[in-house]
Amino acid sequence: METAEPIAITETPSASSPWRLFWRRLKPRKIALVGGVILIVLYSIAIVAGFIAPYRYDQIDDKAFFHPPVWPRFHGLHLVVPRYEQLPGDFNYQVVLSDTKPLHFFIHGDKYQFLGFIPCSIHLFGTGDGDYPVFLFGADQFGRDIFSRLLYGSQVSLSIGIVGILLSFSMGMIVGGMSGYFAGAADTITMRFCELIMSIPALYLIISLRNAFPPGMSSSQVYAMIIIILSFIGWASMARVIRGMSLSLREQQFILAASAIGQSHLKIIVRHILPNTFSYVIVAATLSVPYYILGEVVLSFLGVGIQEPQASWGLMLNAAQNTEYMQRFPWLLAPGAAIFITVLAFNFLGDGLRDAADTKQN
Amino acid sequence: MIPLLLGVSLLTFLLMALSPGNYFTALQQNPQISQDTIKQLQAQFHLDKPWYVQYVFWLKNVFCGNFGYSMAYKISATSLIITRLWNTFVLSFTALIIAWGIAIPLGIWAAVRKDSWVDHTCSFFAFVGLSVPDVLLSLLAMWFAASTGWFPVGGRESPLHDFLTPAQQFWDHIHHLILPAIVLAASDLAGIMRRMRSCLLDTLRAEYVTAARARGLSEGWVIYKHALRNAINPLLTIFGYSLAGLLSGAFIVENIMAWPGLGRLTVEAFFAKDSYLVVDTVVMATALLVAGNFIADLLLAWSDPRIRLK
Repeated sequence: METAEPIAITETPSASSPWRLFWRRLKPRKIALVGGVILIVLYSIAIVAGFIAPYRYDQIDDKAFFHPPVWPRFHGLHLVVPRYEQLPGDFNYQVVLSDTKPLHFFIHGDKYQFLGFIPCSIHLFGTGDGDYPVFLFGADQFGRDIFSRLLYGSQVSLSIGIVGILLSFSMGMIVGGMSGYFAGAADTITMRFCELIMSIPALYLIISLRNAFPPGMSSSQVYAMIIIILSFIGWASMARVIRGMSLSLREQQFILAASAIGQSHLKIIVRHILPNTFSYVIVAATLSVPYYILGEVVLSFLGVGIQEPQASWGLMLNAAQNTEYMQRFPWLLAPGAAIFITVLAFNFLGDGLRDAADTKQN
Repeated sequence: MIPLLLGVSLLTFLLMALSPGNYFTALQQNPQISQDTIKQLQAQFHLDKPWYVQYVFWLKNVFCGNFGYSMAYKISATSLIITRLWNTFVLSFTALIIAWGIAIPLGIWAAVRKDSWVDHTCSFFAFVGLSVPDVLLSLLAMWFAASTGWFPVGGRESPLHDFLTPAQQFWDHIHHLILPAIVLAASDLAGIMRRMRSCLLDTLRAEYVTAARARGLSEGWVIYKHALRNAINPLLTIFGYSLAGLLSGAFIVENIMAWPGLGRLTVEAFFAKDSYLVVDTVVMATALLVAGNFIADLLLAWSDPRIRLK
């Protein structure tokens, strides 16, 4: 005799916040999580760059032009750094394995500002002896440590992406939201202007925008200039999409309800229309950060962006432009690898976010 | 199209007017040139007048087909721009053919053999291709050319070009073109391939494809005759984006691989403060892009009879 099956109590879906739902859809996408983790690591390193970098970005060693990469090796239980001897001829080095110096951790070195404001002189590693340099990725044409410059450069290159996105997307959202909500002549003029910006090939526009700034600016001015240039180009496409969404959202009943209870136009746009575009905005932002990073790279590479002795990934790649140098000192291409990894991580994360945000797909 | 180009020229002119100094500012330091000569030259180029007067002069000349005179190159800007525009066009067009010629078959292959090793390899390389910056790829190509010696390291023609026979000259050009075109195509290829794959996969799920299969049509007929024709339409709309990407990519490739195109001219003119030339090149690049988008629209109308140009 069969016993009656107990009626399976179907689990009622608990009321989850949109963020929880989003996270649930994102979690199985391992490749997106990998991209996210890489980015968290990269940005954390950039924040504490001064601590991890064994040298300052502008510390010149005139005995170590184009010094090859130096990797610590184990000697018993200690990590030691071998000395490199300069041979006659231009930039030939030979490792002297018998002459080593132990590698110390948390060693006192050059002064820097930890997190940008705490004066500090402790570095993660170093030998404390100028004759035994620890150039993990070699040295450039001025004998500066490429690894340290890469870390200091990441502060510039990585932050430009985030700051640029914040600036251009908030502008795009406000302009697009208002343009779609109010419609009319202002909308037409704004959109024509957006189309104008979008119709010029990006890099040509970057150069003509750069033309409007005077040469010989301070490094912080240059940094602000790059962000302004890239945001000026970036906001237009964002404004267009948000305007389209806003145009269809304003016909919805909840907007009618909001205006019926007497909310102001500004409040309706900021509190009701724009939050509905967030899922698109977040995906688009993640996928657009690489363009800002690459924009800085191109400007600095062409010599019209970040200036020496400041470090940025584009500026460092500029040193690798000489094919003879590139062949003899391939470590000059290290910033290229850093750019590649960053852009790849953003693409991984952005792709996963897009799939997770797309609720129509099953 | 004309209002757009007018707007673009006005915008770039405005930006140019914001910039301090002009080509002659540097010449003023030169003791061999008298101040009177410089004043005279500035008056000749209307550089002593406000920007809107300059703009009207410039516009009047452009409508007569005259792009002015390049102060830095000392030749007519029109002939300079036409040569450079042709070079950029040749480079972008070759890259376009390479990119679409490889991306479309690969995308179809990846979609037909979904989840096979072909598909996974293709999507892996697409991810890598989308993430390699043009700057790095161009540098690597230069490195490759320098270390193997198979390709010339940058430039458009060899130094002995003028002494070659026409056939050798043609081969010389092709030889210089191959590497930059491949670099430029590589950055574009990944995006098109991914799009082709997803479009074809979407179409293969449609009901009329199932119906075609149910009627017992061969798989090849179903894919190439029914699904592909419809899957190709969305691709033609990204043709315009692809062109914009190519022009920006060409800008980088030209500057790194010393290909004398429009992008390189823009940067050279920028450094020489030859401001009229900067405006000219930006307007020409925009015109090239707008023309490309127009061709994309025509292609779309030709391929899909439901779309008619207004």
